[in-house]
Amino acid sequence: MQFMLLFSRQGKLRLQKWYVPLSDKEKKKITRELVQTVLARKPKMCSFLEWRDLKIVYKRYASLYFCCAIEDQDNELITLEIIHRYVELLDKYFGSVCELDIIFNFEKAYFILDEFLLGGEAQETSKKNVLKAIEQADLLQENIDFQMRLFAGSRDPAQRAGGNRTDINTIFIAIHTPPSASYSAVCS
Amino acid sequence: MALKIVKGSIDRMFDKNLQDLVRGIRNHKEDEAKYISTCIDEIKQELKQDNIAVKANAVCKLTYLQMLGYDVSWAAFNIVEVMSSSKFTYKRIGYLAASQCFHENTDVIMLTTNQIRKDLSSPNQYDTGVALTGLSCFVTPDLARDLANDIMTLMSHTKPYIRKKAVLIMYKVFLKYPESLRPAFPRLKEKLEDPDPGVQSAAVNVICELARRNPKNYLSLAPLFFKLMTSSTNNWVLIKIIKLFGALTPLEPRLGKKLIEPLTNLIHSTSAMSLLYECVNTVIAGQYSCSVGHIKSHLLCVQKLRILIEDSDQNLKYLGLLAMSKILKTHPKSVQSHKDLILQCLDDKDESIRLRALDLLYGMVSKKNLMEIVKKLMIHVDKAEGTTYRDELLTKIIDICSQSNYQYITNFEWYISILVELTRLEGTRHGHLIASQMLDVAIRVKAIRVFAVAQMATLLDNAHLLTGNMQRNGICEVLYAAAWICGEFSEHLENPVQTLEAMLRPKVATLPGHIQAVYVQNAAKLFATILKNQEGNTDSTAAQETSQMMIDRLPLFVQSANLEVQERASCILQLVKYIQKLQQKDVEVAEEVSALFAGELNPVAPKAQKKVPVPEGLDLDAWINEPPSESESEDEQPKAIFTKEEPKHSRPRHTEVDEKELARRREARKQEQANNPFYIKASPSSQKVYQEAPGVEHIPVVQIDLSVPLKVPGLPMSDQYVKLEEERRQKERAEKKKKEKKKRKEKRSGRGKKHDSGPESEEDITPAHVVDIVTEEMPEVGMHLSDDVAQEDQNHLPVRVKICICMFCLCRPLADSEKLPVRSHRAAGAPKSSAEDGEAENATPQEPKKKSSKEKRDKKKDKERDRKVRLRCWKHFPPSGHKSDSRSTQSEGRTVVTFLVFPLPRKVCDIQGNLQDGSQVVVSVIFENKSDSFLKSMEFNVLDSLNSKLQRPEGSGPHDGLTVPFQLPPGVSNEARFVFTVQSIVMPQKLKGTLTFIVKNEDSSTHEKLDFKLHFTCTSYLITTPCYSDAFAKLLESGDLKSSSVRLEGVNMPFHHLLARICFHHHFSVVERIDSCASMYSRSIQGHHVCLLVKTSGQTVSIDAKCDEPTLLGNVLDEIKQTFSQC
Repeated sequence: MQFMLLFSRQGKLRLQKWYVPLSDKEKKKITRELVQTVLARKPKMCSFLEWRDLKIVYKRYASLYFCCAIEDQDNELITLEIIHRYVELLDKYFGSVCELDIIFNFEKAYFILDEFLLGGEAQETSKKNVLKAIEQADLLQENIDFQMRLFAGSRDPAQRAGGNRTDINTIFIAIHTPPSASYSAVCS
Repeated sequence: MALKIVKGSIDRMFDKNLQDLVRGIRNHKEDEAKYISTCIDEIKQELKQDNIAVKANAVCKLTYLQMLGYDVSWAAFNIVEVMSSSKFTYKRIGYLAASQCFHENTDVIMLTTNQIRKDLSSPNQYDTGVALTGLSCFVTPDLARDLANDIMTLMSHTKPYIRKKAVLIMYKVFLKYPESLRPAFPRLKEKLEDPDPGVQSAAVNVICELARRNPKNYLSLAPLFFKLMTSSTNNWVLIKIIKLFGALTPLEPRLGKKLIEPLTNLIHSTSAMSLLYECVNTVIAGQYSCSVGHIKSHLLCVQKLRILIEDSDQNLKYLGLLAMSKILKTHPKSVQSHKDLILQCLDDKDESIRLRALDLLYGMVSKKNLMEIVKKLMIHVDKAEGTTYRDELLTKIIDICSQSNYQYITNFEWYISILVELTRLEGTRHGHLIASQMLDVAIRVKAIRVFAVAQMATLLDNAHLLTGNMQRNGICEVLYAAAWICGEFSEHLENPVQTLEAMLRPKVATLPGHIQAVYVQNAAKLFATILKNQEGNTDSTAAQETSQMMIDRLPLFVQSANLEVQERASCILQLVKYIQKLQQKDVEVAEEVSALFAGELNPVAPKAQKKVPVPEGLDLDAWINEPPSESESEDEQPKAIFTKEEPKHSRPRHTEVDEKELARRREARKQEQANNPFYIKASPSSQKVYQEAPGVEHIPVVQIDLSVPLKVPGLPMSDQYVKLEEERRQKERAEKKKKEKKKRKEKRSGRGKKHDSGPESEEDITPAHVVDIVTEEMPEVGMHLSDDVAQEDQNHLPVRVKICICMFCLCRPLADSEKLPVRSHRAAGAPKSSAEDGEAENATPQEPKKKSSKEKRDKKKDKERDRKVRLRCWKHFPPSGHKSDSRSTQSEGRTVVTFLVFPLPRKVCDIQGNLQDGSQVVVSVIFENKSDSFLKSMEFNVLDSLNSKLQRPEGSGPHDGLTVPFQLPPGVSNEARFVFTVQSIVMPQKLKGTLTFIVKNEDSSTHEKLDFKLHFTCTSYLITTPCYSDAFAKLLESGDLKSSSVRLEGVNMPFHHLLARICFHHHFSVVERIDSCASMYSRSIQGHHVCLLVKTSGQTVSIDAKCDEPTLLGNVLDEIKQTFSQC
């Protein structure tokens, strides 16, 4: 995998992870181009597109687009699976994740991603192990983000994220993802 | 002191944390930039404080701002500070910030080496983990070099958590610091059998990625992976393993056979689509042999793909079609049987699926189904919503029909009517495409002209339908073609006066200028035809009426704002006025008027000029005038769309051909003729273009267009005329019947007659075009051949190859093909191949004309050079009247020895250790005995220069010759290798040499001598060396390289052919290619880096090059230029 981007339906970047060395300028250009291309696609279209010499695999979860760039020989379906797995991880960690969780706790989202993927390759195929690693690392963090923990149990994402607005970003992502979206019966 | 701490923590309470920042940004939607700039100021203040918690908070906020697109590179040092905090909380934030913000050029990275090393060896596994994760994002070659050892140690860490991270990151380290691969490889291999599945899968991942870049070094691991594949149940791992096998099977065909069974089992059993898809892809990629197993598994794949395509899931459908298109390349038949399904996909609501299906259709058409498929597409054109997709359909229809010289079109009337139907499309951008097709068909298919002209006349008549609604309508380009066709072939018009009237309507003045110009010009042509028709009649008033109409209507165009229109119109107006005067005096003018447009237009292939040979005694390299200015080529570039239109303008003045261009073409022609089975020898033509040159009678000037006119097969055409009035559908049905009839006929006439110009052959398109295609494909053919040779050699010696590979793995797994074992392998291969040649030749010893297969192969490898040498050798023969005809010398009983000489450094010279004290170049020489005598005691000697010396066995003097280790019976060829030591490689050089030998006849034996020259080009010192783009960029940045550049004009070939040519002839490899721009790399045997940046625009190719040795670079560029001047 060359890079992963998360962006909202409004085209705002929510997360970016680059596994190839590129200059900032180039990254910005690619992001802009891809966000435009992906947002322009109709909802019923397939999740793949050819872009430059790469293949783009994207999937929309609620208001968020998860978008990965892979090389020519890579498997599109397993990439969709990686995206899905990441969403599941976020969902487990935050408890019904929504876009606001990722906005306000973006560093956590990165930590989870880093435990799951390393250098563009899936490093851990077991969900349980990833979450365990994250939890233990969080325990080490003496100065836990109180706000985050305080609201962790709350079912209202707006409140959990410390906001008081009802917002399009508060739609639970994973609710919109039926488990059947998976292309692999992967043992975990 | 205490107070300070308290103060610090109170301050902190008022600091913004990340959440505050995010909320703030969301609340300041209107003035976001302003808000953020105040935030950045705050952050700058915070970073100045000593408190690490404050700093970490600031860095965390910066990471967020970085994502929003703000530059935070100024804070790089603060990030390093936070990274080095002892507390995990801050360290984690620091590393995250570093992984997001740092890149290879961040200078503070070098400060982090020790910190990272410390973290890697931390007792806390999460410290180590965080460091590894961060490192994976910003590892630089320096970091990789310094930390490789530490990471390697971590691969054997007690915790699997660390092990798997270390294994994965090793891949990044290998990429940045390839030298680390060799020492690390054994341990990496160990990890394949790690007890922890996570570590195991990480190791599989890394090896799979490595193998993708250089598969042959990993062949030895195949058994291990095979075991893993049959035992593993983890789909992630299985997919990677199968991908790895996909990369290995092309190298080891036996592996493919072995894989069939487990792959088939997986395809049958798995429920995971991703795994199924991977298996299918691998099976498709491995389709080389035609064993029963393969055919079965292949059928299974097609079946499964059908299921995927039928699935309601768009993603599966898309991938199924994608995989189908891969099968189409190797097994078009099996895809064609699923035509129904693919046509169905054209109705899909997803555009990307429809486009995929269209791609497939392109390869699926045959003569039989073309009409049916196009009919379906036409229906879709009508239904399609959105102009982009409709335009895509339109181009696809034209692509499909015109592919390989209209190979699949059996009825051009049908095609013309399709084109006419397409003009009814509203708002298409592709009017010019339709127009150029109309022109192309009308010009090249003579028999269709009557029909085409009738259709075009209707189009002109109904022009208001096309242009009616909008001005900027692309479709009006079609009128350009229509007007031109009606004018040029006006003798076929049924009612020319009506068409003339249509062309001179006032409405025409609203068309774009270039179309009006064509209208005016062709109105004149029409006028000439009408005059001719009418003067035959006794009634002269009709002719005068026509003249009057011209005089009435043309003034409109004389007032045109467009210069071209104005000029033509006023010219023609005056002409008509003059004609009218003559008419009034009852003078017959028709003959003279039509003489203005006399002469038939014949199709000429774009490269036909090349076929005109150079007259003897003409030095084409000499300038006649001073070189013209640069702008010349730019004038030609615009308006390339209507290339077919050009012959018309240039008809009266053929002679202005660029002489230099001509020289190149003539040069190329000789070799083309020799190799070209389609070359037609024609009688002297009526159109002698080069009359002024002496001795050109034998030159087949412009013979291409005369000998075999482009004609649609006689039988269907004659029938077509009858059916003109019938409905299209009926026609189609009849067409099919006819085709069948024809097929039967074809069968009777037997196979192998394809290229005869018999009337039954359907590929009866201009021979010029066939020739054209052949020349274009040359480099590719050459490439394949050389690949085949390489593979064949390996196939001969499977055991040896295996040994070599093991050695690669152990010693230098990542490096490229130039390794010690290669040499021994080649050397061992050589006698074998020569023995083979001997056998082959013995079978047909009496045919000196027939070249041995080996020679042919080699010839293609380096045609240019061997031709040179061949000519040179001939030059040194005792003069016998015909310098260049080997057969005539032969008949006189003289001995002719052909020398095919070419240095082959890239194969053999490469013993890396020897590079310091001198480089070696191995020259393979093929000796071919073309005489009827027996040749023996051959001695090969070269006059050494200061720079290059022939390596002689110890104890022999510096001028002694080397005995060639074989004798040559008549008609036999054999190859010998000679090693040269070369000091400097920056200049090309020529070495003189002699070959002495004894010619033995039945009754006598004589001593003979043959002089020759060896040409060492600079290119031959280059070795194809792959280079990664990052390493390449680094190389360019290093600043040690001198640059130079060259421009090639008039290169008329697709960009990938151009690249292939450079790769093939000059031993470069492509580093990166983006659109019409590519970077290429090669290395000399003495380690000079040569980097090229090749750009193309139109027919101009510019090459910017860099090399640490300017002389070498200059010479290589000259040679590249040479290569392209010969094409």
